[in-house]
Amino acid sequence: MTDISAVDNRPQGGSLSAINLVSEAGVADYLALMKPRVMSLVVFTALVGLVLAPTHIHPVIGFTALLCIAVGAGSAGALNMWFDADIDAVMARTAGRPIPSGRITPREALAFGITLATGSVVVLGLLVDWFAALLLAFTIFFYIVIYTMWLKRTTPQNIVIGGAAGAFPPMIGWAAASGSISIEPVLLFLIVFFWTPPHFWALSLNRTGDYARARVPMLPVVAGAAETRRQILLYALVLVPIGAAPWLLGYADALYGMTALLAGGVMVLLSWQLWVQGSGQQAARHAGRLFGFSILYLFILFAVLLAEGVWAGLAGRAMA
Amino acid sequence: MDDKPERIVLTKEQQRKRRARSIAIALALGALVILFYIVTLVKGPGVLNQP
Repeated sequence: MTDISAVDNRPQGGSLSAINLVSEAGVADYLALMKPRVMSLVVFTALVGLVLAPTHIHPVIGFTALLCIAVGAGSAGALNMWFDADIDAVMARTAGRPIPSGRITPREALAFGITLATGSVVVLGLLVDWFAALLLAFTIFFYIVIYTMWLKRTTPQNIVIGGAAGAFPPMIGWAAASGSISIEPVLLFLIVFFWTPPHFWALSLNRTGDYARARVPMLPVVAGAAETRRQILLYALVLVPIGAAPWLLGYADALYGMTALLAGGVMVLLSWQLWVQGSGQQAARHAGRLFGFSILYLFILFAVLLAEGVWAGLAGRAMA
Repeated sequence: MDDKPERIVLTKEQQRKRRARSIAIALALGALVILFYIVTLVKGPGVLNQP
């Protein structure tokens, strides 16, 4: 019997050595495939939806729901990396990802993503709620098929429409607790939906060359930086009343209302500074600052909503 | 014609990575089993019933 050393698995001709037979991926590589930073945002917004729902949910069931939502989000990340491996390879921001860097093969990523997607939806349905599971399945489908496979490479409105995928988690959390949805989770959906364009366009302004190289029609590539800055400002202005809507419609307290208006005001100010600045190093700094604050914006709004929801729950139990 | 079957010999690093992946899969499956067990305790006999 002939022994072949598996030191070098790159195609070199010959029989078995012509294909990569041995996986060299570590556990950390598979975790990286799931986009853990995106997962954490998804879990946090889903948690807020879960806590704000009017129906009390057992902590174990709630934990199960959040775990399934997290794994579902991770599966969507893995499948996105599988499909976008070609453009990830030519972009500086993403060239180090597991597939373009050769640590995980596309087939492994596809199998991993499909397994996690199926498992998360089925477990969520069996142990928590089938409507929430349906929403999770639709979210994964929307992100992979509608956004990744279709919109991302065909239209500058890609992240506007595709951003809906990131806006569903609070609705899924709400549905996991209550079995249905109502106006409140839809407001949470709208906050994330209108937050997504200024957030991603602020990032893409400093990565225009990358996206152009990858032939991704992000707005700065197609319409130019000036138009992108204008659109960012418009979305920031629209985001102020939408962010405050839970308070304006009576679903949140004044603390949230004031927080939303203040944070929204800062978003508008940073967007206006970016719009006024024009091009150059200063503009790049403003774009980076806006991108950083946009993450804080969403976290602050949802954190205050969560705090109000927990406080209301504790107060309700104290009165009972 | 020499038709000897070829064998792949893993390097130490590849063995280590494979072992780590196997352990991670085993832990994930074990956690899933425990999760199902705990949820069954929490929900009682009607574990698949939903309100």
